[in-house]
Amino acid sequence: MSDKIHVARRHDSALKHVTGQALYIDDMPEPPGTLHAALVLSKVACGRLMRLDADAAKTMPGVVAVLGPHDIPGRNDIAAIGKNEPLFALDRVEFAGQTLAMVVAETLDAARAAAAKVVVEIEAGEPILDIATALARESYVQAPATILRGDPDAALAAAPHRLTAEFSVGGQEHFYLESQIAFALPGEDGDITVHSSTQHPTEVQHVCARVLGWDFNRVTAVVRRLGGGFGGKESNATWVAAAAAIAANHTGRPVKLRLPREVDMVTTGKRHGFDYRYTVGFDSEGRVLALDAVLAADAGWSLDMTPGVVTRALTHTDNAYWIPHFRAVGYACRTHKQSNTAFRGFGGPQGVVVMEDALDRIAHHLGRDPVEVRALNFYAEGRDETPYGQTVDENHLERCWAEVKAGGELERRRAEIDAFNAANPVLKRGLGLFPLKFGISFNLPHMNQAGALVHVYTDGSIRLNHGGTEMGQGLFIKVAQVVAEVFQVDVDRIRPSATSTAEVPNTSPTAASTGSDLNGWAAWDAANTIRSRMVAYAAEHFGVAETDIEFADGTVRIARPGSNQVLTFGELAKLCWLGRVSLSATGYYKTPKIHWDPVSMRGRPFFYFSFGAAMAEVAIDTLTGESRVLRADLVQDCGRSLNPAIDLGQIEGAFVQGQGWLTCEELWWDASGRLRTAGPSTYKIPGSRDVPPVFNVTLLDNAPSREATIFRSKAVGEPPLMLATAVWTALKDAIGAVGSRRTPVRLDAPATPERVLAAVERARRESRTAAP
Amino acid sequence: MASPPQQELRRRSMIAAAATTAAIGTVPAALAQSSAETPPEAAKATTLKVSFTVNGKPRDLELDPRTTLLDALREGMNLTGTKKGCDHGQCGACTVLLDGRRINSCLTLAVMHPGADITTVEGLGTPDRLHPMQAAFVKHDGYQCGYCTPGQICSAVAVLAEIEAGIPSHVTTDLNAKPQLTGAELRERMSGNICRCGAYSNIVDAITEVAGSKA
Repeated sequence: MSDKIHVARRHDSALKHVTGQALYIDDMPEPPGTLHAALVLSKVACGRLMRLDADAAKTMPGVVAVLGPHDIPGRNDIAAIGKNEPLFALDRVEFAGQTLAMVVAETLDAARAAAAKVVVEIEAGEPILDIATALARESYVQAPATILRGDPDAALAAAPHRLTAEFSVGGQEHFYLESQIAFALPGEDGDITVHSSTQHPTEVQHVCARVLGWDFNRVTAVVRRLGGGFGGKESNATWVAAAAAIAANHTGRPVKLRLPREVDMVTTGKRHGFDYRYTVGFDSEGRVLALDAVLAADAGWSLDMTPGVVTRALTHTDNAYWIPHFRAVGYACRTHKQSNTAFRGFGGPQGVVVMEDALDRIAHHLGRDPVEVRALNFYAEGRDETPYGQTVDENHLERCWAEVKAGGELERRRAEIDAFNAANPVLKRGLGLFPLKFGISFNLPHMNQAGALVHVYTDGSIRLNHGGTEMGQGLFIKVAQVVAEVFQVDVDRIRPSATSTAEVPNTSPTAASTGSDLNGWAAWDAANTIRSRMVAYAAEHFGVAETDIEFADGTVRIARPGSNQVLTFGELAKLCWLGRVSLSATGYYKTPKIHWDPVSMRGRPFFYFSFGAAMAEVAIDTLTGESRVLRADLVQDCGRSLNPAIDLGQIEGAFVQGQGWLTCEELWWDASGRLRTAGPSTYKIPGSRDVPPVFNVTLLDNAPSREATIFRSKAVGEPPLMLATAVWTALKDAIGAVGSRRTPVRLDAPATPERVLAAVERARRESRTAAP
Repeated sequence: MASPPQQELRRRSMIAAAATTAAIGTVPAALAQSSAETPPEAAKATTLKVSFTVNGKPRDLELDPRTTLLDALREGMNLTGTKKGCDHGQCGACTVLLDGRRINSCLTLAVMHPGADITTVEGLGTPDRLHPMQAAFVKHDGYQCGYCTPGQICSAVAVLAEIEAGIPSHVTTDLNAKPQLTGAELRERMSGNICRCGAYSNIVDAITEVAGSKA
């Protein structure tokens, strides 16, 4: 039994976090000559840029430069996967908040004051601001994508029952507490080191080089920690870094660009909102026979990472359910809004809600228990192939479902809630359950690779570097635990170091929940290479077999006939050095087994699936529409967790974030396309009062990953966010208790008090008209 | 001892210092040139003097009167433990203790507090000598990314003092009785400090533990 892995270890920066000593980029000492930048933004959502006059700004005190599209030495393009997404708009303005220019000045105040003096004239056009309009005008950022299996049209026509429904979910602001920031420093030959609060240092490196017209090797991207990411610091962080790099190159001085909260919120992309329309066919028991669904995403103004988000939504529309005949079509609607991007779950949350809505309606239609109807449709032996051709292996759905029902005392509480609702005309309570199946791996196979660099020094201390970024999720401590396990040293002997494109190149973003899966294996590989060398040398040196050498408790035991020599790990390291053995190694990992055909939309995109289940109880006030989550019970499959304390935190936090997305977090654009929820005063993320007062979270016990994941652990970053879908289901249940339950409840997300109240009024009206 | 203002490490006024010693090899020529053309803004701006105590040390500052306490701490005194999350008093990341009470340091001007006793997260404890609240946050994993943590901890320390002083909150049922140390009270009182990672449950557990050991 190891004391290195599968145990609770505090976050690598725990002591620094609580004492204020953890340095974020804005906390770094500024070298003499540091300049500060401020952006000039479009206030118009759509139009032609007629004039951008910076003459007044240039003469403001302290201003060093005003930079626009013509000051970009390389390509004016910050696209992550597409092309022609300008850093500074050249002629077309595509959304309110688009960057037009940047002021660089001696002080932050001077930069911001001058940015306000830049005169902008835009000939305004007619913006497209919603999905329906975009669909009507066929305004897309990419061609529609389809996953098809069987003959859904025929199966629907033949089905004993059919239902058609529509609903929508909103987007979500990432609201990382540390807003976007980059600090670019010119060095030797003008080469740039950019400290970026990014989840994707390699993309920062590439795009900085692209806008500068340089080889990649002239830019180094460094990140020690992020004050939150959640997907919002992939493509969004990239352009901030690129802007800082251009300014540093132009002025020859260090330049810091930090976005004030409001600027961050109006410039950066968010989670995609979706509109849905589906028809589902089913038998009299509630077994789903066919689904035909349209999922339309609000991509915002550019491609960004929308293709991946739509693909993940489509590959998660089935969620936990076997659907013999299946068609899901994903539209990526181009609107004149912020370019929506990755957000924890990456389309998965927007995919899984479809069947949850459908199964509630099926249960309602048949007068059956929605909990039972869900279980009836679970993937199971013989009905275990997803619509895109991957088999659902190692299926923990039934286990998670049974555990959450037992832990949450489903039957007792269902009866209790029904009794409460019968007795209370104003307050209504509701219960919702949700099963989860979530695919782990980047949908694009080539992204599933990682590198690491491990050094053992001659005192036995170890330096660890890998391509993953630390944004609070505990990746650094998890990977350090892996290395500690390989060398059997205390984890405190291992020093994780800032992620840097100069140490581990060509990395993938820390995203798609894959951080510890990928980087854990890469670090294991590096450490194991060094360990193998140490073992070989020790065997030769002491004249014993390699199998006689044992690493344990920070020591190395040399078992010889008649003696058991023990060296400290450091002593062996020094011995190896004297024997001229390299104590440094790179490590590499690529996820096996995965493949994906983006044209046929078939393959095995995921190395494995992660499972979970949730039960949530809510209360609503039918006079105001306000709601509370009273209790949540969660079971999450983490394989054999590398660090249960870190994983518990991830599950709780993800659930709360998902709850926010589905309830209180509402993005609101005015009729001219300006985002008016651009700060915490108008955009409400969950606070301490919104967390369920009874919050029972358990890791699925005794469920080591069957696939060869790092020490049989499983990813945890994204899957539990979707567990909050149970809250949405519970709200619909509570609203349904208002009337006679003759019509099913439609509840668009976010389920704000206004939306809940409107749904309550509908339920009341419909039960009145239905009455004799 | 009070250190004279010119000896303070000022992260954003180092430019002025550098301009006067433009011969420093690493300072690019562009800096010397632009600084020569544009006199440092600080020289023209009206400044005010203010003296207060920060983390037990007397501090004498000369500031643009519009400088927030947050910027004075971060830029003027290099106390970067206190974070800027929204700069509008809505997220709580900048919470510090001012004469024992918590305050959003981004919502108050430094010059408004002559003679005040200010405590930031750095003044509560250090990694070697943690304040009990800091130790409890470590024990209960009351953070993830850590960015809101200094504000959460300062707020939590003040919350216990408020309850101790009998100050009621929105959820206190009996205004004449001493407020109870319930989960509902703690969640209500901590609601001004938002945590996007969602570590709220662990934060309440940490505060509860400290409150319990005090009782």
